[in-house]
Amino acid sequence: MKKDRRDFLKVAGLAAIAGIGAPSAFNMLLKGEATASEQSAAAAGQGEAVAAPTGKRWGMVIDVRKFVANPNLPAKCVEACHTIHNVPNFGNPKDEIKWIWPDKFEAVFPDESHYKRHEALHSMPIMTLCNHCDKPPCVRACPTKATYRMKDGVVAMDYHRCIGCRFCMAACPYGARSFNWRDPRGKDENGNPFIKTVNPKFPTRMRGVVEKCNFCVERLALGQIPACVEATGTTGAMVFGDLNDPNSEVSKVLSANFTIQRKPSLGTYPSLFYII
Amino acid sequence: MIEKALKGGSGYWAWIIFLLAIIGMGGMFYVQQYNYGLGITGMSRDVTWGVYISQFTFLVGVAAGGLMLVLPYYIHHYKDFGRITILGEFMAIAAVIMCLLFIMADLGQPIRALNVLLHPTPNSMLFWDMIVLNGYLFLNVVCGWAVLHAEYKGVKYARWVKYLIYLSIPWAVSIHTVTAFLYCGLPGRHFWLTAILAPRFLASAFAAGPALLLLVALIMERTTKFRVGQVAKDKLVTIIGYAALLNFFFVGCEFFVAYYSQIPGHMHTLDYLFWGLSHDGHTYNNLVPFMRASMLMGLVGIPLIFIARARQSGGLLALSCILLFLSLWIDKGLGLVLGGFVPTMMEGVTEYYPSVQELGITAAIWATGFFVLTLLYKVAIEVKLEQEG
Repeated sequence: MKKDRRDFLKVAGLAAIAGIGAPSAFNMLLKGEATASEQSAAAAGQGEAVAAPTGKRWGMVIDVRKFVANPNLPAKCVEACHTIHNVPNFGNPKDEIKWIWPDKFEAVFPDESHYKRHEALHSMPIMTLCNHCDKPPCVRACPTKATYRMKDGVVAMDYHRCIGCRFCMAACPYGARSFNWRDPRGKDENGNPFIKTVNPKFPTRMRGVVEKCNFCVERLALGQIPACVEATGTTGAMVFGDLNDPNSEVSKVLSANFTIQRKPSLGTYPSLFYII
Repeated sequence: MIEKALKGGSGYWAWIIFLLAIIGMGGMFYVQQYNYGLGITGMSRDVTWGVYISQFTFLVGVAAGGLMLVLPYYIHHYKDFGRITILGEFMAIAAVIMCLLFIMADLGQPIRALNVLLHPTPNSMLFWDMIVLNGYLFLNVVCGWAVLHAEYKGVKYARWVKYLIYLSIPWAVSIHTVTAFLYCGLPGRHFWLTAILAPRFLASAFAAGPALLLLVALIMERTTKFRVGQVAKDKLVTIIGYAALLNFFFVGCEFFVAYYSQIPGHMHTLDYLFWGLSHDGHTYNNLVPFMRASMLMGLVGIPLIFIARARQSGGLLALSCILLFLSLWIDKGLGLVLGGFVPTMMEGVTEYYPSVQELGITAAIWATGFFVLTLLYKVAIEVKLEQEG
């Protein structure tokens, strides 16, 4: 009897410790995340920043109607982006690296793909790229802050810090990330380089790191627009600009049109909007 | 004390050389992988984690399973576990070492692994996983070695050890909980996004870990003079049986939610794992035979382990342990991780087949685990036998 009581007290004590421990650990976790965001707000480019209420906040509207009207446009966008960013072509889907690509409606918008959807939706090319989420799951998952959200809304990558764990790829609900399964600077069996012509203004990556669309952060810094947007020329197929500025073209397009986003129910708050 | 691992019969040395040969073979494959990149594996843009991460996930469970021996012995003073508690702790050491090796094998840039410490990121579950895994390794090395060394010297272990042992108990729960959190906190992956994942991980861990331990104990009964004792074995059967039952109950809950709600996202992965998933006129089903075998082995293994105990049959006991261990290994060490990537985030299906190099490296890491386990168990049972004269 006495022994039973002693056992009970020990178990109860242990349970109490666990009970006290769990909430404090949870708090620590929340606090950890909070400090990370505060730091990033202070020293831009670290961790997960809150959406800037003022200042620049980049966003993009993709007008799919214009891509339907100009069938050569998707390839032009992809070409412009992949050439400028030294994206390698391995010639197989297993090793594939892509920053921007056209995909099927039902692949991009699975929640909008009901069984009576319009015939036109079946062949529509939907340009797909990183959504530059306000609450990016990839940034939350990254164990080294190699991927981080900048105050202006761009989700960027530090290729030199990435350890290649690919947690961000599991976390991204949009399939926007690619991994360098082999050396992108190398050549295939026939001696053809995976990067046809290297653009010396942008770094090539090394084997074993993750990469994705960076919203042309290097061009934005020079006051230029993203390469894919530039490739669409005057068609208006892609409109890029400051979402915080009510007079920007992107804000005007957004207020004049009905737009949809990818998987909005996940609460990631993408910076990309689509006009179908 | 370590010198006890350096003396052994021909069978012992043959086993050691066998393991070293596998490790050497895997080492050569790893050099290939290191030079070529992870493209040498079967992983792809769509299935970004393969056998490495799935083995890691399963082995975290084996490590946590040691809890089922430590807790009854140190908290409930269950004396009959006196001879095997140390085996549970040493199994945890071997399992965590394998986990860490599997993570290293999976990294694209392994030389940058310490970036996780250099840039600590508390919002990443992988950061916490690193802390809990290394902490658990430390706790088990210190506690296991201190307790065994005290026994070797014929004295009682120091008081401080006890507190570390108490700490190791919730810590064991934490390693598998955090490992489940790696998966179940990711939006968009419906198969993983389930609150029952951590409980299910723990249940399968508490069955798989002790099942492996019981199997090793039965092997040692044949190859050494060491006996864990009938009472301890019978008790292990209770633990394994109920934990496995709980695991299958949780699996059943997953099935109910998916198929009763009829929400496609919840059904797709289960369809793929157990029946095959049709997509664009093609049926993808390469994991179906494994998952069905896992289910069958589990459902046969549970009653069989209780029958084995009732009949006091060592052969049946070993068979049921093998069935349950394999069942849980396929369930978590194969289906859980690979299934999460089907369908892809673009609603496609990409199947994964591991490469020869990948399997070789995987075998070598398992061999490393068994190597560590063998050395530690050799020391442990020699000390135990010596003390008993």
